[in-house]
Amino acid sequence: MENFTPWSALAGGALIGLSAALLMLFSGKIAGISGIIAGLLTPQKHESSWRAAFLTGMIASFLIVAPWGFTLPDTGSESIVVVSLAGLLVGFGTRLGNGCTSGHGIIGLGRFSKRSIFATIAFMGSAFMVVFIRNQFGGL
Amino acid sequence: MSKSKIMRISVALLAGLLFGMGMIISEMVNPAKVIGFLDITGNWDPSLAFVMGGALAVFTPIYHFIIKKRAHALNGDKFAWTSNTKIDGSLISGALIFGAGWGLAGFCPGPAITSIASGSNIILAFILSMIVGIILAKQYQQGRLPLPFVGYRKKICAI
Repeated sequence: MENFTPWSALAGGALIGLSAALLMLFSGKIAGISGIIAGLLTPQKHESSWRAAFLTGMIASFLIVAPWGFTLPDTGSESIVVVSLAGLLVGFGTRLGNGCTSGHGIIGLGRFSKRSIFATIAFMGSAFMVVFIRNQFGGL
Repeated sequence: MSKSKIMRISVALLAGLLFGMGMIISEMVNPAKVIGFLDITGNWDPSLAFVMGGALAVFTPIYHFIIKKRAHALNGDKFAWTSNTKIDGSLISGALIFGAGWGLAGFCPGPAITSIASGSNIILAFILSMIVGIILAKQYQQGRLPLPFVGYRKKICAI
């Protein structure tokens, strides 16, 4: 537990919750990132500009926190094959299951949605399992 | 541009900024941190449970005490949530597949988009393959793409 950082995790989480609440209260939209990306790939009238604006904000957010010493981690040592396979699974799975960590794990759970509770248990369980199996093979 | 559209776009930009800042401050953007959280039988780092806890602590009361009581959003738009309450095979198998991908690399869609600013090829590879995955899922849902073991999707429904 030497890497445990509860306070920054809580503060960052609170910002994410505030973001989801503002987006829903002011314009009725759901801050589910997989849904926002997929929505841009099959554009509907009046649904693209806000999605593009949201993603732009996410990408630009680094510029705001960088002066306080926050950095983005160096991911250069990850295997591009594993990461690409993971991307395929994440893209496919989030569309089939209609949401990811944000849509189901925050907005859905916050609304006490039965679908999101089941989905969150399923993706958490599956992710725990994959990490456990990989560890058995020495990080494969 | 109508007033509701201006509000929709500016609120989305602000919400995107807050969301990304939250991802960076909480270290959700760090795949090693995510894997540390998922490694419950090893050297477990529970930090990311606090990210979800912090987000729910803010979102849940605002939703139940303010948003849910309204007929529509402040800019006049309808609320976009689904009325679907069915737990079906698509939901569960999709979530299982997503979880496998999340556990494999430690990236989910939000942190990946936020990390574009790092300029890493790994992030780019993840996002491009995620887009391919999204398109393949769409093809499968429309009954145009067979999956191994499962074959073509027979019951086509509008998603």
